[in-house]
Amino acid sequence: MEFSEHIKTANVEDVVLQQPLHPPSKGTLCITSHHLLFSDREEDSGRQVLLLLRNIDAVEKSSVENLVNYFGLFPNAGRSDRATESSGTLVIKCKDLRVLQLEIPGMEQCLNIAQSIETLSCLACVAEMYPFFYRPSNASLRDQWGLSTPERHYTEMEALHERWRLSTVNQDYSVCPSYPPAVIVPKAIGDDALKMAAKFRQGGRFPVLCYYHRKNGMVILRSSQPLTGANRKRCIQDELLLQAAIEGSDKGYIIDTRSAQQAQQARMMGGGFESKSCYSSWKRLHRHMERGKTLQESLIKLVEACGDKSPNMDRWLSKLENSKWLSHVQTALSTAGLLAECVERDGRSVLVHGSEGTGSTLLISTLAQLIMDPSCRTLEGFLTLLEREFVQQECPVFLLLLDCVWQLWYQFPLALGFSEALLLRLATEAYSSDYGTFLCNSDMERCALQVKGKTHCLFRVLLKPREREQYTNPLYEPNELAIWPSVHPQSLQLWRGFFLRWTQQTLHLELVQEDIRNMVIEWGKLALS
Amino acid sequence: MEHIRLPKVEKVRLLDRVFTKRSRVGTLYLTATHSIFVESEGGMRNETWVLHSLVFSLEKQEATPSGCPLLIHCKNFQVLHFVIPQERECHDVYVSLQRLSRPERYEELYCFSYKPNVEETERRQEWDFLDLRAEYSRMGIPNSLWKLSSVNRHYKSTTPSVITGSSKFRSRGRFPTLSYYSKENHAAICRSSQPLSGFSARCLEDEQMLEAILRSNPRSDFMYVVDTRPKLNAMANRAAGKGYENEDNYSHIKFQFVAIENIHVMRSSQQKMLEVCELRSPSMSDFLEGLESSGWLKHIKAVLDAGIFIAKAVAEEGVSVLVHCSDGWDRTAQVCSVACVLLEPYYRTIKGFMVLIEKDWVSFGHKFSHRCNHLVGDPKEVSPIIDQFLECVWQLMEQFPCAFEFNERFLITIHSHINSCQYGNFIGNNQRGRIELGLRERTHSLWRYLWSNRADYTNPLYRADQGQAQGLLRPSTAPCWFKFWARLYNRFDRGMHPRQSVEDYLRAIKEETEQLEELLASHKQKISKLEEKQARNYTAKATFDKSPTAWVIGHDLGLANTPQDYTSGFLTSSTCQLKTPCSGLTLSPQDLSKTYDSSHSNGSDRESGIADLSCRSPFSEESTRDQDSDDDDYSAA
Repeated sequence: MEFSEHIKTANVEDVVLQQPLHPPSKGTLCITSHHLLFSDREEDSGRQVLLLLRNIDAVEKSSVENLVNYFGLFPNAGRSDRATESSGTLVIKCKDLRVLQLEIPGMEQCLNIAQSIETLSCLACVAEMYPFFYRPSNASLRDQWGLSTPERHYTEMEALHERWRLSTVNQDYSVCPSYPPAVIVPKAIGDDALKMAAKFRQGGRFPVLCYYHRKNGMVILRSSQPLTGANRKRCIQDELLLQAAIEGSDKGYIIDTRSAQQAQQARMMGGGFESKSCYSSWKRLHRHMERGKTLQESLIKLVEACGDKSPNMDRWLSKLENSKWLSHVQTALSTAGLLAECVERDGRSVLVHGSEGTGSTLLISTLAQLIMDPSCRTLEGFLTLLEREFVQQECPVFLLLLDCVWQLWYQFPLALGFSEALLLRLATEAYSSDYGTFLCNSDMERCALQVKGKTHCLFRVLLKPREREQYTNPLYEPNELAIWPSVHPQSLQLWRGFFLRWTQQTLHLELVQEDIRNMVIEWGKLALS
Repeated sequence: MEHIRLPKVEKVRLLDRVFTKRSRVGTLYLTATHSIFVESEGGMRNETWVLHSLVFSLEKQEATPSGCPLLIHCKNFQVLHFVIPQERECHDVYVSLQRLSRPERYEELYCFSYKPNVEETERRQEWDFLDLRAEYSRMGIPNSLWKLSSVNRHYKSTTPSVITGSSKFRSRGRFPTLSYYSKENHAAICRSSQPLSGFSARCLEDEQMLEAILRSNPRSDFMYVVDTRPKLNAMANRAAGKGYENEDNYSHIKFQFVAIENIHVMRSSQQKMLEVCELRSPSMSDFLEGLESSGWLKHIKAVLDAGIFIAKAVAEEGVSVLVHCSDGWDRTAQVCSVACVLLEPYYRTIKGFMVLIEKDWVSFGHKFSHRCNHLVGDPKEVSPIIDQFLECVWQLMEQFPCAFEFNERFLITIHSHINSCQYGNFIGNNQRGRIELGLRERTHSLWRYLWSNRADYTNPLYRADQGQAQGLLRPSTAPCWFKFWARLYNRFDRGMHPRQSVEDYLRAIKEETEQLEELLASHKQKISKLEEKQARNYTAKATFDKSPTAWVIGHDLGLANTPQDYTSGFLTSSTCQLKTPCSGLTLSPQDLSKTYDSSHSNGSDRESGIADLSCRSPFSEESTRDQDSDDDDYSAA
């Protein structure tokens, strides 16, 4: 496809841009294949706005009546302009929650721009997205991509080697398209058995190890639901696999992220759950967690509520409640807490799954690792954890994860090695990015598109010295203990830094974080001198 | 002492507020001033002290086989749930506390029996710590435009005719007086009660009074009159011969209503909000719905909005404002003091904030004893008016973390002592009453106490010289910026609060930075001396851990290792409220040095909490049982 055929008007002069936290400015607007570029006319201001079209969520058009405003803003503008043309207004809502307004002289140009944005902002073809074109001068495509690999993950955990092995049964992605080529499984189970177990699990996601708890040798496994169906099919290999996972122990837990009723209903659709009779050593716990579409709607409602200009307190509280976003945060954190408690306090291994095992399953396994494992709480550790567990495209569950991590950070401000700024950066990059990290939903897709060879890696960049400085938590104190979050409604906060990001107040609070960093730096210098 | 029917009850259980299945067993003692619960299990002695004057309500519930429950709600939002073995004992405790917590005469209040080991001369000096005359002169008053009038010397006005006239035309004689004056632009905030205008009454002197206020601000050609009541309430008052200023009768005023509800609405709103706080394990929706229907944050916003209106009028328009409500001692006090905090960096300092409370609340006759129920009296007079002011300040602190010299603990301590009656500052309903009670002669002053402990109340992020701390604060009053103040209203549910404190960490760092700077300076001095003496090698290496030492010592990292409510509970220790008042003073026997220690040494508590947990399965029994049975059903089918 040629991008140029979607760009009828590439340049417009005398466009007025209004964006949060800045006075309106007048300048030139350019549309390129992946960007919207606005350059301020005042040369000395040197202000430019470079926006990835991918970041744009919606464009709203409204026509001429803003003409008066337009002149109101610039009373000195030549009168002759006024007569010549009408203008149109585009309100641009971004996925990072920014709202920009462009006043574009000339209706036709305005419509052309709107159309280009609409088309180019939602290209379906991943290979045409910007990461494949982004070529920064200070990096090479041959640079190492990613922070770790399943092989390295396995090698690093020596204590695991006695009972667990690295299987390459999925080398060509034929057993499970959404798994990486290498996975960690019980030593006692051969690849053939894995293939059978995969057939018994939705999408082939057979139970694999995702976390090994050094303190007591217990593990977290994850999978998708078993395909028992209405007539209660069994799969002996699956049963053996799970039995092997808890060998030497009399019991394990299964945390099913659906309600018991939902799990029953899934049986009618060919899915199901591990029944007591077939998996006698396992105890199932059901915790209902909302999934993709419901979360997406919840997110939309919350964003709408945060953008509501009404001064009415009742209206705000009722919209906040009605969005249910904080309820989802509460459920996610408490389910993750339950999972961590099973492992850390009760000393049991746990299998986690919902239906597909790609949404809430990953959410709580990631959070539980942060709660229990100090090595996940450093900047590298956290990014490695995300890379391993949770790299997906434009996904509300990922935002929910970041919100939950922020709640942990708020409750334990000294326990995490990274800053709120990192969470905000990730929240933005997950939706539109120069980097290939959040492209595609699985290794297989990434491999097919050669993401690792043709794009740059965000996580690597975040660990470069200059960025690292910005994204570490100056107050970080390594702490070997588990960090158990409180899930009382009074303990959970709206993540204002994200949801009210483009306001003066947030700017203030960001400066406070800067102050804190400087205080610590000053102290550090003295302490070392 | 004659009110104590039963000085000691054994085998009393104190239930955990959130997880009632968990409890501590101990002995309950009643003394003249406190109830003391001493935990007797385990080696560690753990004490919980509750001042009788902090008791808000008592509730004796129906006896159960395990004993007779007694619920104590405190004015500092502590809730204690005792179970007393015998109903008769419970009744005796109930009746005793009923009487002890409801003093009938001022002389019974704790401040008259509170005798820390302080010399009388020193005690008298405590009261000289704050001086309002000094505060007015700090503002630049008296000057050519404003004078200090002693017209009210005998607390009844007699002299100059305009003042007398105006005072006769205002509810309870509360004529307009100055609350705040801006040296920069001469704009002032004045306060009064409502005029007795009815439907048509006028008062020439009152009109002259307002004219005089207007003229004292030479650069402005009009002034605002802000009535803080909802218009409907003000109109209703008109029918009773009171009401509000008619713009036609007063020249050059702009009249404005700002709709803050009355004390009765506020009382019931707070009550509803506290019920939400006490819900056992509310869902997020229960909590948010409850918070909304209590209306509490709406009222906080109304007070803050009104304060902002006035602050902007003064700072941005340079226009003077007269503020009143009905009597001019509740809403007016709130709004004037909020405006002062917004306007004037001085009021955001530790000392300035004390001065502000002394000026706009104490000296202008906020009825502390009625509003805080110090003596048994009309329950309809009780209302959380000062709570709302403190909360407005807290909301501002959340938006401007660097603008205040004091911290949240400072506000909470003040809140506690407004209710505790331990200090004489807030006893009575006006200055005149306080003089009659001889409080300066017989009691201690909180301000001096807070000042000597100011290190505890200092915000390490405060920057006097920085943009945020200077000039007018411009907070957002978008509803989404208002937060729920869990640290006050759920103060004793410690498991709900962040487990690590940035503030404490920064304070430690700051102290250490200062020490290091001194050390460095002294080293430099030494070096230069040594160099002078041509000394050989100088090695001075102070080794420092990565973590600031003071912080590590002062903090229990174990707190981070406490399990939460997704499965089980966190044992709250409810002793910390007594920590602050006593720690800084030499203590007399009824004081609580032990409490202070025990609240920091209750590691045993948490250990037991953890142990308790590991023997339970980590999820609720119900859900386990459910799953099993549900499974069985299906495998049988």
